[in-house]
Amino acid sequence: MALVDVDKWREIFSTLGRHKLRTGLTAFGVFWGIFMLTVLLGAGKGFQNGVIDGFPRARNTIFVWSQGATQIPYEGLPTGRFMQFTPEDVEAIRKEIPTVAFVRGQNSVGVWGGSGSYVVRKSKSGTFGVSGGFAGVEDINSMRVIDGRSINALDEQQRRKVALIGQRVRDQLFAPGENVIGQDITISGIAFTVVGVYRSTQDGNQQQEEERLYLPNDTLRKTFNQPGIGSFVILPKEGVQAKATEDEIKALLARRKKVSPDDKGVFGSFNMQEQFEKVGGLLTGINIFSWVVAIGTIFAGAVGVGNIMLIVVKERTREIGLRKALGATPGSIVWMIMQESVFITAMAGYLGLALGTFLIEGIAKLLNASGGGGRFFTNPQVDFSTALVALAVLVVSGVLASLMPAAKAAAVNPIVALQDE
Amino acid sequence: MITLHDIHKYYRTGDQPLHVLKGVDLHIREGELVAIMGSSGSGKSTLLNILGVLDSFDRGTYTLAGQAIGNLSETDSARLRNRLLGFVFQSFNLLPFKNAAENVALPLYYQGVGRKERNYRAEKFLDMVGLSDRKTFMPNQLSGGQKQRVAIARALVAGPKVILADEPTGALDSKTTQEIMALLKEIHSRGNTLIIVTHEQDVANQTERQIILKDGMVATSHTQPQAA
Ligand SMILES: Nc1ncnc2c1ncn2[C@@H]1O[C@H](COP(=O)(O)OP(=O)(O)OP(=O)(O)O)[C@@H](O)[C@H]1O
Ligand SMILES: [Mg+2]
Repeated sequence: MALVDVDKWREIFSTLGRHKLRTGLTAFGVFWGIFMLTVLLGAGKGFQNGVIDGFPRARNTIFVWSQGATQIPYEGLPTGRFMQFTPEDVEAIRKEIPTVAFVRGQNSVGVWGGSGSYVVRKSKSGTFGVSGGFAGVEDINSMRVIDGRSINALDEQQRRKVALIGQRVRDQLFAPGENVIGQDITISGIAFTVVGVYRSTQDGNQQQEEERLYLPNDTLRKTFNQPGIGSFVILPKEGVQAKATEDEIKALLARRKKVSPDDKGVFGSFNMQEQFEKVGGLLTGINIFSWVVAIGTIFAGAVGVGNIMLIVVKERTREIGLRKALGATPGSIVWMIMQESVFITAMAGYLGLALGTFLIEGIAKLLNASGGGGRFFTNPQVDFSTALVALAVLVVSGVLASLMPAAKAAAVNPIVALQDE
Repeated sequence: MITLHDIHKYYRTGDQPLHVLKGVDLHIREGELVAIMGSSGSGKSTLLNILGVLDSFDRGTYTLAGQAIGNLSETDSARLRNRLLGFVFQSFNLLPFKNAAENVALPLYYQGVGRKERNYRAEKFLDMVGLSDRKTFMPNQLSGGQKQRVAIARALVAGPKVILADEPTGALDSKTTQEIMALLKEIHSRGNTLIIVTHEQDVANQTERQIILKDGMVATSHTQPQAA
């Protein structure tokens, strides 16, 4: 039997047309299910985009710093010692831990406490935190270079006096619209050249993050006379669990500094991977929740369609009996009922999908027009595969919904149906 | 055309099966016009349903147009009804949401005949039953006699071998009954085989042969010399 059978469709339309209100109300259940699914998934995607935007591009960075005094006597050394790192420690991590792909020391002024550095540009000035930078710093922190460039390897090697500045630093030191790149600023009495401006993408404290300057770390140490190393920034090799590398590094530092392996408070550390995975789990949870809610609604809609079709079949018993007496096969009756319910669900579902997508796209447009979206919500979207799955769910539920009524219709006994009461 | 031999039919309701047909033997030739008579509950409708391949039987043989009717699947019996049989009912059984021509065309739909051809043939048969000016009327706009004419056109449209009518005049007044009988006789005169269940003697009198059911068997089956 051809699917594009004009005659058959004419029959279906005439049946549905005779019961416009009933068809409409039934269809609404399915429509609402698909509409919800589209909107929930689209919004979920927007939330996901928003949250993931807040993460730096490098998702597995490890930070290690000196945190507290020793509390356990070890190898004859007393308690109460604070650890001071050196450039040799950086080298040791690079050489002795094979899972490390990248390691830098990072110093700072006025970031973790204390006051910032006094920065002057012509007649304007301000006090800002200063962090050690290196090639790739823009991938490790939640930031985007919006003008000029980041710090590069040559800056590091030659200990150039260059600065990557936050956009709030720029706003304080420069006139609006003024060219910034290549201009000189004075930090702690020494002249630096601005090579780039960044904006922070971190959720929460963008302001503070943007009131900061990055200098090549060795330049910073020299400028501010810091012989030691404040903390380490490490990227493990691809495929390595950050946590394992983090533990190895702390063990290595403990050996080098003669700290008891049980003295947990001496070295502080943090790895981005764990954080990222936690959020990833939350997002997956939200996604699953959306699907469960929406599929529940769709199935409720489909059950509604099935129910109505059952009533329809009951009402049409005489008609079905007559059709059978005149030569309709059970197959053609099943097909007729199935096509009707699949048609209702597919039409309603398509409408829900279209309207849901339209709404999500509209929100996305509005957000983009108002400057790229809020902190936790960016660029909501309904992707094609989601839409396809939703449609498949629909058609399947339409078919399922029609099974019972179709079977009932096929089982109508023409003798009984045509009996005169 | 039709041969029944020793047909038995039981209804299984309650704890005791009800033996309704107790060995019906019957032969109906091509082109015959016969009446099936008998008191109420004698099994006339049961017999007609078996003849119409709408119902099964428990014992015996049934041959229709050279074809043995035994354990047919539902699909096969539907096709067979569509091809070989036309039905006329006491209560007309027109689809209320379809007009006269569409109702007549319905059996052709299940033969896969195209829409244009269906309409053409349906209108031809409506002309034949004298409803040329009522083709697009809905059933509720037609009188009882007119409805039965539409039903007769529907029974004829697919070119069946046998037309089965269960009390076709049961719901009509005597004048309309006469008109319908005249139409059925005219159809018979064109060579069609007709079997009419009735309890009206003057309807039965207009047929060629009266088959009387009694106690689940054919009591008498006599040809009427005065038949039309
Ligand atoms: N589906 C059924 N289940 C059980 N018994 C039935 C069924 N159909 C008919 N019968 C019984 O079979 C017998 C014959 O019924 P049938 O309808 O064939 O009679 P009939 O001769 O057509 O009667 P009438 O002239 O009143 O139409 C009756 O006793 C009836 O009660
Ligand atoms: Mg009867």
